[in-house]
Amino acid sequence: MSQADRGIVSDSLGVGLATGAYGISFGAISTASGLDVAQTCALSLLVFTGATQFAFVGVIASGGAPLAGALTGLLLGSRNLFYGLTLAPLLRLRGLRRVASAHLVIDESTAMAITRSSGQHARLGFYWTGISIFVLWNLTTLLGALAGNALGDPRAYGLDAAVGAAFLGLLWPRLGSTLARCVAVLAAAVALGLVPVTAAGMPIIVGGAVAVLAGMLVRARGPA
Amino acid sequence: MSPTWIAILLTAAGCYALKLAGLSVPQRLLSHPRTVRAAELIPVALLGALIAVQVLGNDSAVVLDARVVGIGVAVVLLWLRVPFLPMVIAAAAATALVRLLF
Repeated sequence: MSQADRGIVSDSLGVGLATGAYGISFGAISTASGLDVAQTCALSLLVFTGATQFAFVGVIASGGAPLAGALTGLLLGSRNLFYGLTLAPLLRLRGLRRVASAHLVIDESTAMAITRSSGQHARLGFYWTGISIFVLWNLTTLLGALAGNALGDPRAYGLDAAVGAAFLGLLWPRLGSTLARCVAVLAAAVALGLVPVTAAGMPIIVGGAVAVLAGMLVRARGPA
Repeated sequence: MSPTWIAILLTAAGCYALKLAGLSVPQRLLSHPRTVRAAELIPVALLGALIAVQVLGNDSAVVLDARVVGIGVAVVLLWLRVPFLPMVIAAAAATALVRLLF
């Protein structure tokens, strides 16, 4: 393994360690939201995309129907489709390899692959990051879920506020442009306006949709 | 099967299908600028709405309580570039402390 390769592997493991660790907060928040340990672990094993998992349990925590949680989660998961498009020409996967690798397409594995100059380096970044996160994320989810269950009343530990903080941590790096900040604030305002009048879970989906449409209209008219 | 399990399996199947489709479909099918813009805005909008409901919603009411202190702490720590996990723990701790004291 060349020095450049070793650098990519250690960077990838660093990202894997940092990201994998916050599976603890997902596990604890999920059981605090009313899911059991098996459901919490199933989300990390089978869904394996952080923002979607947090959204799913967040909707259920706010009293929403599980299907509203699924819809919100799927909308958030749609970004992985675009990550896959960017990764495809770099990773050049066929057949079973593609079927198995698809599960690892997430924010971090994409970020650690798309900046590389060669396909071989992109694959190193993608697999070392994706696999290390998958292993750690599932272990820490189980630990967090067991700890969350043992704690008792989640409100006494502020775990309900931790959900909002987790969402904010995921949103923060995406607020680079004025348009993004306006869309986020509009979505929040519309969602809050709908809280008293619609079923739980709906304010998030409708608020999000209204803000995306508004953002698209502004972009269509204003400078790109 | 409970509605929660059905929703988990639907989410898992849908999210996997999205990931696999990205690796499989020809790039030009989804490279329209409008599609790309929507894809950038969807997570921003949904997370904005999720934060609002999570911090200020209580069943069908909008309320100000100790959670606001937690999210305030989170904003300050993110501003200071504190990593994800310590930031989330501090937000929870601040909220718990306010509940303990008042």
